[in-house]
Amino acid sequence: MITALSHPFFLHALLAGTAIALASGLVGYFLVLRAQTFTGDTLGHVAFTGAMAALAGGYDLRLGLFAATIGVALLLGALGRRGRPDDVVIGTLFSWILGLGTFFLTLYTTHRSSTQGNAGITVLFGSIYGLDATQTTTAVLIAAGITTAVLLLARPLLFASLDEAVAAARGVPATALGLGFLALAGACAAEVTQAVGSLLLLGLLAAPAGTAIRLTDRPYRALGLSAALAVLDLWAGLALSAQVPVLPPSFSIMAVTATCYAAAHLVGP
Amino acid sequence: MTAQPIEQAAVPAPAHAGAPVLQLTGAAVRVGGRTLWSGVDLTIGAGEFTAVLGPNGVGKSTLLKTLLGAAPTAAGEIRAPGRTEIGYLPQRRTFDAGVRIRGIDVVRLGLDGHRWGLPVPFLNRARRRAERRRIDEAIESTGATGYAHRPIGECSGGEQQRLLLAQALVTRPRLLLLDEPLDSLDLPNQSAVAALLGRICREDGVAVVMVAHDVNPILHHLDRVVYLAEGRAVTGPPREVITSETLTRLYGAPVEVLRTTDGRLVVVGMPDECRSGGPCC
Repeated sequence: MITALSHPFFLHALLAGTAIALASGLVGYFLVLRAQTFTGDTLGHVAFTGAMAALAGGYDLRLGLFAATIGVALLLGALGRRGRPDDVVIGTLFSWILGLGTFFLTLYTTHRSSTQGNAGITVLFGSIYGLDATQTTTAVLIAAGITTAVLLLARPLLFASLDEAVAAARGVPATALGLGFLALAGACAAEVTQAVGSLLLLGLLAAPAGTAIRLTDRPYRALGLSAALAVLDLWAGLALSAQVPVLPPSFSIMAVTATCYAAAHLVGP
Repeated sequence: MTAQPIEQAAVPAPAHAGAPVLQLTGAAVRVGGRTLWSGVDLTIGAGEFTAVLGPNGVGKSTLLKTLLGAAPTAAGEIRAPGRTEIGYLPQRRTFDAGVRIRGIDVVRLGLDGHRWGLPVPFLNRARRRAERRRIDEAIESTGATGYAHRPIGECSGGEQQRLLLAQALVTRPRLLLLDEPLDSLDLPNQSAVAALLGRICREDGVAVVMVAHDVNPILHHLDRVVYLAEGRAVTGPPREVITSETLTRLYGAPVEVLRTTDGRLVVVGMPDECRSGGPCC
């Protein structure tokens, strides 16, 4: 573990991963509370398409990630009712966008991929050890921004998530909050894709939140616990993959989150 | 239920008189280019219990939204208290069994849910203590103390309704707007919540406006009825409004109000907007 910390790639993974996990634990709590985990899943697929489109067009992969996830998150909100996407809209958009992703993947592999032949795999399953110093700084700053925003919105968002009509009657801008939250969820999905990949991002978004909700029935405590669990899951996953090099970090992080979730079900009410 | 519920209702509300809490003068509402109702006059004082009755789709819930300021009026004038002085209980879907948030936290949101950020534990202790006292008081007043610390998703429909009522009351509103609050409850719970509302009205001087599907559970608590039908409204004490003559005039079609031996009212012969077949008025 000490030797692992002396490698810059591991240090980057730890720094970026911690910030990303913190943000995703917070966003994840509200995704679960608002019953929007399906939206989170869709944003993962959108992240893949966005990244592939950017690579095919010769741009920075992250540009495509963020543009696609935030754009689609807002589109879903606009198509749904009161800033809440509905499942049929999501399902239709989701498969179409994933199809588009395979198109960009083909375009990319046939025309551009002389250097990065496995970029598709990297986006799908993450490459947390592949982050350089600049990418790490950017990831940390964006995650800090998402974290701050979620904490600022937390209380009225909780109110609007539980009781939209009453919250609106009390002067909470429920629809705008719903849209704002979707944009944050989109940005968060783009961040998590860099850590564990677009296919696995629900593991960091939904599993810690699901675990926290099993363990406490106090909302703010659950929010904090969800963030703490996401960070701990990530640390444990990285430590595991440092000890057992054959385990890819995405796998070990997912293994830890799933184990925690299962354990919470066993001990919880 | 007493033998003479209607006569009892005619007794005027106790001495909360003074400036009216709510006043509508010639109010009208249009939704999607269609006038739902017009010419509604209504004055409600503190401590008065008013029911809004009428067939489905006539605009009862819209009336509440108009009073909240969430729907605009097309004509007339409405004088209602500000947002912070109104407690609102919308038409209810119950909380899913998976909602693992304590009832007391849901009640607290009624007090501070509109504030940005998070509650900070060690800041402003005096205010937090006062808020905590107020929350406990509101929960106590609706009789929900026994289950306020359980996840709200695990509470029964009646328990959830009492917690939500506590949430609506926690700001000490002058006006309480309720949209069919008895609808999902069984009969004993209906009369218990109706009695609770009557008590809140009389003892705390809160003006209550309640949309109801069935007037019978609240009949002997009521001071006034607003009966909406055919785009018009009749307002007055229940014994004057829920009669064969008044409703026949309102609907422009023969309507008969029957009274069962235990004092319940049944409206029959209503035009078929009301499909429930039950005691609907």
